[in-house]
Amino acid sequence: MSVVTPVLDVSDLSFAYGEKTAVENISFRLLPGRITALIGESGSGKSTIAKAIIRLLPPNAHVLQGTLSLNGQSLLNVRLRELNKIRGRQIGFIPQDPSSSLDPRIPVGRQIEEILQLHTSLGRYERRERVLHLLERVGFPEPERCFSKFPHEFSGGMKQRILIAIAVALAPPLIIADEPTSALDVTVQKQILDLLGRLREENGSSLLMITHDLALARDRADDVIVMQGGRIAEQNTTRLLFENPQSPYTRKLLADSPAFHPRLASTLPSDRTETPAIEVSDLTISHNSDRHGSKPTVRNISFSVQPGTTHGIIGESGSGKTTLLRCLMGLIPPLAGSVLIQGDDIFSGHGKKRPASFRKMQLVYQNPWSSLDPRQTVRRIIEEPLRNHFRKDAAWRLARIHELLERVHLPQSILAQHPSEISGGQCQRVALARALAAEPDILVLDEFVSALDVTVQARILDLLVELQKELRLTFVFVSHDLAVVRQIADTISVIRRGTQEEYGPTEEIFEQPASPYTRTLLQAIPGQKHLGT
Amino acid sequence: MSSFRSGSSLDALGGFGRYALTQVFRAIVILWGAFTVTFFLLQMMPGDAVMIRFMDPELGLSPEQIEAMRVLYSGSSNPLVQYVHTIGQMLQGNFGYSVQLGVPVATLIAAALPVTLRLAAVGFLLSLLWTLAIAVGASLLPLRWLRQALHALPGFWSAIPLYWSGILIIQLLSFRLHLLPVVGVGPWEGVILPAIAVSLPIAAPQAKLLLQQIEETEQLPFVMAIRTKGASRASVFFRHILPNSIIPSLTMAGLVFGELIAGAIVTETVFGLNGLGHLTREAVSGQDVAVLQAIVMIGATGFVVANLTVDLLIPLINPTLRSAPAGRKETSGS
Repeated sequence: MSVVTPVLDVSDLSFAYGEKTAVENISFRLLPGRITALIGESGSGKSTIAKAIIRLLPPNAHVLQGTLSLNGQSLLNVRLRELNKIRGRQIGFIPQDPSSSLDPRIPVGRQIEEILQLHTSLGRYERRERVLHLLERVGFPEPERCFSKFPHEFSGGMKQRILIAIAVALAPPLIIADEPTSALDVTVQKQILDLLGRLREENGSSLLMITHDLALARDRADDVIVMQGGRIAEQNTTRLLFENPQSPYTRKLLADSPAFHPRLASTLPSDRTETPAIEVSDLTISHNSDRHGSKPTVRNISFSVQPGTTHGIIGESGSGKTTLLRCLMGLIPPLAGSVLIQGDDIFSGHGKKRPASFRKMQLVYQNPWSSLDPRQTVRRIIEEPLRNHFRKDAAWRLARIHELLERVHLPQSILAQHPSEISGGQCQRVALARALAAEPDILVLDEFVSALDVTVQARILDLLVELQKELRLTFVFVSHDLAVVRQIADTISVIRRGTQEEYGPTEEIFEQPASPYTRTLLQAIPGQKHLGT
Repeated sequence: MSSFRSGSSLDALGGFGRYALTQVFRAIVILWGAFTVTFFLLQMMPGDAVMIRFMDPELGLSPEQIEAMRVLYSGSSNPLVQYVHTIGQMLQGNFGYSVQLGVPVATLIAAALPVTLRLAAVGFLLSLLWTLAIAVGASLLPLRWLRQALHALPGFWSAIPLYWSGILIIQLLSFRLHLLPVVGVGPWEGVILPAIAVSLPIAAPQAKLLLQQIEETEQLPFVMAIRTKGASRASVFFRHILPNSIIPSLTMAGLVFGELIAGAIVTETVFGLNGLGHLTREAVSGQDVAVLQAIVMIGATGFVVANLTVDLLIPLINPTLRSAPAGRKETSGS
C-alpha cells in the first residue's frame, strides 16, 4: 500500500505456549517515526507480542506460523548471537515496572554504560561522556552525581528515566515500551511520556507502546491496534479508530473507559440537615514509626460525608492516604482532631463504641486475590462476618449468603470455589459481599478497582452505584485514578504530602480547581483534550 | 541482618562503621555467652576429672587431699569464684591444665589446632569451588540434560554420610589409583584427602541454596531488562545474576566454616588425624573440663569470626545495605 518500508513487519503470526495458542493470525506494520499503541486487557496477548518481537518468550513458547521481520531481516530464526546484536542496538526496550528493572547492586551510570560496552568500541572515557550526556538528556541536571548512585536512591519516575536513557542510548530504529507508566503516579506519568515522545522524535525511532489505557493511546499514538483474546480486533489510525470504531469490542472498551465518561453517580442529595455519616475535623495523625520521628504525616484534614453519598480521596503515592484511612477505621489514634461516625466520636469513650462502629463501617481492600484467604471457599469467606456479628443459626446464615450473592450478582455455584479459581472481578464482588454481610452503613473502598481491566472495572463501578442507591450506603472511595473518582464521587478531597489541597463537590473541582497542584494533576490525566462532554 | 541504627556517640563513624562496631560487639557477647553456658553445664556434670583420676582406692588419697587437688586445678571450690578466675585466666591466654595428661591445655591446643584449621580451610575453599562450579555449570552448560543433572547433584550429594564417602575416597584415590598416600605424609598433603571428604557434604547445601537463589534472580524483571540490551547469557550470568544470588550462600558458608572447626570428630577419626576432633574425643571420655572448655571456646570463636566476616562482607556486595534507606533521607530533609 505504501512505498515506505516498514520498520517492523508482522504477518500472519501465531504463537503458542505449549499446547495453548496465545496469539493468532497477527498482522501489522510499523512505519518509520510513528507511534503505534497496542491496546488490550490482561490476557489479550499484547505483552506476548512485545516479547515475541524481542524474542524473550519463555522456552515453552513456539511459533506456529507467520513471519516477523525488522527492516527486512527475519527475527524468528536468527541465532542467539545475531539476536544479541539486534537487541539494544536495533530495538530498545522499556520495561513495565521501573522499580525492579535495574540491577540493585550496580550504579545506574554503569548500567547505562553497559549497553555502550556491548554494542560499541568506544573507550572508557568516551563511554562515560556519552552516559553523562544521556543522563542530562533524560532530565538529570547533575549527571556527574547521578552516575555513581544506586537504583534504590532514586524514585520510580527517575528510574524510568534511566531505563529510557538505556533504550535510546544507541538511537535504535524501534523502541518497544511495555506499559511504561502504569506503575507511576499520574503527574510523573505525563513527564515520562513527554520525555519519551521528545527523545523518540530526536532519534527518529518508531515506538510500539503497549498499554491498557485507551485515553493514553488516544493522546499519544498515531496508530492503534486493539487486541482481544489473542487476536487483533481492530487496527486503524488513532483518529479514525476513536471517531468511528468498527469492532463491537472497541466500542465496548470505549463505552467502559472512565476517561471518556465523566459522570456515573447520582447527583448529591439536597437534604443536608441530616447527621453526616462521617465528619472528620482538623485531623492530624502522626505515623509513629522511628523512621519519620514524631512528625505528623497527615495534617489538618477536614471533610464531611452525607449519608448515601460518595467521598473520593485522591492522592499520589506517599500522600498519606493510607494513614488517613487507617485512622478513619479507628486503627491508629489521631494526634489532634476528631472522627465522628454517625455523630459518635470513635476515639472518645475508651474504645467502647468501637465494635459498633466497626460493624457499621467496613473496609474493602485493593488487591482482589490477596485480601481473600486462599484456603477458604467463597461460602466460608462470606459466612465469617455473619458468624462474628450475628447470633443466628446456620439456616439463617445460608439464606443470608444467598441474598448477598444476589446483591453482588454472583451465581450460587461460586460458593464452593476458592479465590484462586475465580476472576479478579468476581473476587471483588466476593469482597463486597463479605463487607455487606455485616450490614454496614459505610464502606471504605481502598483502590478498589485499580487492579481491574477497564470492562470489568466498569461493571464493578455500576454495581457500586446500584448498591448505594438500594441500600443507601455511604462510600469513601480512595484512588489515584482521577477519572474513576470523577465517575463515582459526589465530593472529593485532594491530598498531597499529608495536607488537604482541595475539598468540595466533584464537578466544581474538576471544572475549576483552586489549587495549582490539583490543576497539574488534572492536566496530567490522559484523554483530557478529547473530553467533549 | 540487623539495621544500622545505633547510639548517637557512634554517629561520627558513618553507616558502615557503626554497623561494623555493632557486629563486633555482638560477636563478643556471643562468645561470652558460649563460655558462660558451657562453664556451668560442665560444672553440673556428675563427677569430675579430679575424681576420675585420683579417687582410685589404689592411690590411697584422703578426701582432704582430693579437695586440695581440686583447688589446685580450678583455683577454688566455689563455682562463681572459679568462673571469674577462669575468665580472667582465659583472657590472658591461660587455659589451665589438663587433669588427664597433666600438661597445659594451651600446649594440647597448639598441637591440635593447626591440623584442624588446615583441614577446615582447605575443605572450605574446596567446597566454595564445588559450589561455584555446580552453579556455573547448571546455568551455562550447553546441554540441557547435563544442566539438569547438575541441578539434581546437591540433593543427592547431601544424602551421603561423611564416614562412608571418606572411606570411599581413601579407597579410590589412595589404594586404587595410588594418587596420594594415607600414612606418612606431610602436614599439607595429609590434609588433601580429608579435605575433599569434608568439602563434599558442606558444598551440597551451599550449592543447593545458590542454585535456588539463581533461579529466583533469573525471574526478576531486571534480568529480562538486561537481556533486552543484547547481553549474552554468560555476561548476564556473571555480571548480574550470580552477584545478586550469592548472599544467602555466603551466610551459609559462615555457618559451615564454624561447623568445620567444631565438628571435625568424624573426619579426623576416619583419616587418623590428631586435630581438635581427636582431642575432643579424648577430653570427653576423661571428663577433662579445662580442655573441653577451651575446645568449646575455639569452636565458638570459629563460628563467630566466620559469621562476623560474612556480615561485614554482605554490605560490600549489596549496596542497598550500605547506606541509610533512601526514604529516611527524603523525610528528614524538610
